[in-house]
Amino acid sequence: MNLLSFRGGVHPPHYKEATEKIKVEKAKEPTRVAIPLQQHIGAPCEALVKVGDKVKVGQKIGEAKAFVSAPIHSSISGQVKQITKMLTPTGEAQCIVIESDGLNEVHESIISKGDINTLSGKEILEIIKESGIVGMGGAAFPTHVKLSPPPDKKIDTIILNGAECEPYLTADHRLMLENPQSIIYGLKAMMKATNVSKAYIGIEDNKPDAIESMKNAAKDETSIEVVGLRTKYPQGAEKQLIYACTQREIPSGGLPMDAGVIVNNVGTASAVADAIQTGMPLIQRIATITGKGIKEPKNLLIKIGTPFKEIVEQCGGYNGTVGKLIMGGPMMGLAQHTDEIPAIKGTSGILVFSPEEARLPEPTSCIKCGKCVDICPAFLQPLYISAYSLKDMHDTAEKYRALDCIECGSCSFICPSKRPLLQSIRVAKREIVAKKKKSK
Amino acid sequence: MENRLIVSSSPHIRSNETTSKIMRDVVIALLPATLAGVYFFRMGAVKVILAAVIAAVLTEAFIQKICNKPVTINDYSAVVTGLLLAFNIPASAPWWLPVIGSIFAIAIVKQVFGGLGHNFMNPALAARAMLLASWPVQMTAWVKPGADAVSTATPLAILGGEATESLPSLADLIIGNVGGCIGETSAILLILGGIYLVYRGVIAPKIPVVYIVTVAVLTFIFGGFDAQFMVYQIFAGGLMLGAIYMATDYASSPVTPKGQMIFALGCGVLTSVIRIYGGYPEGVSYSILLMNVAAPLIDKYTSPRVFGEVK
Repeated sequence: MNLLSFRGGVHPPHYKEATEKIKVEKAKEPTRVAIPLQQHIGAPCEALVKVGDKVKVGQKIGEAKAFVSAPIHSSISGQVKQITKMLTPTGEAQCIVIESDGLNEVHESIISKGDINTLSGKEILEIIKESGIVGMGGAAFPTHVKLSPPPDKKIDTIILNGAECEPYLTADHRLMLENPQSIIYGLKAMMKATNVSKAYIGIEDNKPDAIESMKNAAKDETSIEVVGLRTKYPQGAEKQLIYACTQREIPSGGLPMDAGVIVNNVGTASAVADAIQTGMPLIQRIATITGKGIKEPKNLLIKIGTPFKEIVEQCGGYNGTVGKLIMGGPMMGLAQHTDEIPAIKGTSGILVFSPEEARLPEPTSCIKCGKCVDICPAFLQPLYISAYSLKDMHDTAEKYRALDCIECGSCSFICPSKRPLLQSIRVAKREIVAKKKKSK
Repeated sequence: MENRLIVSSSPHIRSNETTSKIMRDVVIALLPATLAGVYFFRMGAVKVILAAVIAAVLTEAFIQKICNKPVTINDYSAVVTGLLLAFNIPASAPWWLPVIGSIFAIAIVKQVFGGLGHNFMNPALAARAMLLASWPVQMTAWVKPGADAVSTATPLAILGGEATESLPSLADLIIGNVGGCIGETSAILLILGGIYLVYRGVIAPKIPVVYIVTVAVLTFIFGGFDAQFMVYQIFAGGLMLGAIYMATDYASSPVTPKGQMIFALGCGVLTSVIRIYGGYPEGVSYSILLMNVAAPLIDKYTSPRVFGEVK
């Protein structure tokens, strides 16, 4: 097979063996969920319910007031117990706490919205927006925003990201095997909503069965091309994926739409299909619960708002002492300090490290080996940006184009001196952006 | 959860590559040439190699100790410096010569500038240049391979007309059965070590290949299109040692892809110019040192095009 790729990148161990062959299992119904009003960048939602209200599955409980925002829905039926500030995987946020009545009664608004052949593009966009669909890859950016580029940006291609280049995670892999038709359906809906006639589904070649499965599902679709990508991190990074599929580079500082492309995760496409076919908004997702610290690693279909703790218990609990708890993959995931946090729309996985795996390496002097320069997929010189950042010389760091960093972490991964390269580059980026805001 | 979790920003996994693994690979790559040096130059080589390596390691430990810095002699970098310095010294040298060289390399060239990764010149080469300037007689007292240490000239000196002996055969030259510094004579074993380093991903072939090809082309053209002259220029002297193990020193060479090309090209041009037109028969160490000094500047002006950047 002719494999597509980008320049640079690293080869972390895959660690996918634990869950890649395990079918997605429906998680136990949670007795209590906490649904954050803010789960991603953009404006927080406003609560539509009060304490004491009865809610049903799929009922909208938080309204998005701003454009860059997505509404939230109840994932269970029961009673609102609290609306309060709580810890979530992305920090403190206002949460709606609902206690289950055990009935799982579906809200009356949940009915099929029709078919993509009869719905107009505008209607599809509205369904996506109302269903609270966000990017399922991890960053959880509202999908309807992505699909509504300003009129001066001509979009001609949609790419579905099935690369799943993060080690450990197998949620997308399983979805592509178990429900390929819904991915194709969702993709076609997105193509109609944006009036795009060409789409790619990019999948890393360490998942030949997923490539096979998607090719099979798309065999009657002439406008959809399933492409094999070289297994290399960060193959699923937006800019790198676009380059691999179309050989187009997103201009520095630009967005995919500047290259005429929209990128969505395969999980997002499947959520779109659900929203249209069954009318069910985004209230659940597949997550991979894995790592040495988990007794029985699994792919679980979890309801948004389920506490991490409960999810882990369904996987046999923790395997010995826990060193690190990560939401997402090991390369870009967010380390958590407690498991008393709810799963959110962006919870693609829960990864648990043993204390040995979690131990932070002791950084030694940079030996200028240049490996970070060789592998940087943004063609930066991480060693210099990091050095200037550590010296508080953020202006010089900016001259070395710190803002073009995609924060994939390949440099920190490869560094033989275990230097905190990305960690310090992030500091420089924040400082540069803060300064820019100030001077405006 | 009863215990405290470690919270840090991503990435949460690191490759298992470490500085000491890289340095250990360099030592392994240098071993065949070290053994050849000992085979050809016997106890003289053993003495110089041991003196250089032990002095380098002890100096590093001593300086780090008095500066209250963590002692990092187990990262093998001082071993590499000592070994490379010994490679650049004739086997007939007295024991104190490599000792002084190693102390200079580690204390002055490496530690004064901040230790590993901060040296702006290759420490072993800088020490060799210092020794050559200070003790020119001892540093050029070449001996023939073998136990009896008969004095001889290097092939390059013969080529340059400074000595009147007859040129050794090409086979002897490539195997290393000729007069010269301990580690630079066996081109074939140095190349073998270089292949190992490339295979292990420690060095990229770019710098050595560009360097050697540049010397080959220039000596062919300016040597009057004499193929034999060119071949001897490539395999004699310190070119293999310099191109594979010295010019590729991480800290003192550029990190940008274009910068590395310019650096290697510059080394090749300078080496050829010194060898053909200069007063010294050998020019490898000075050309690498000169390019070392230029490396930060080269890096500065060869920043790669950033992904998505329109120049």
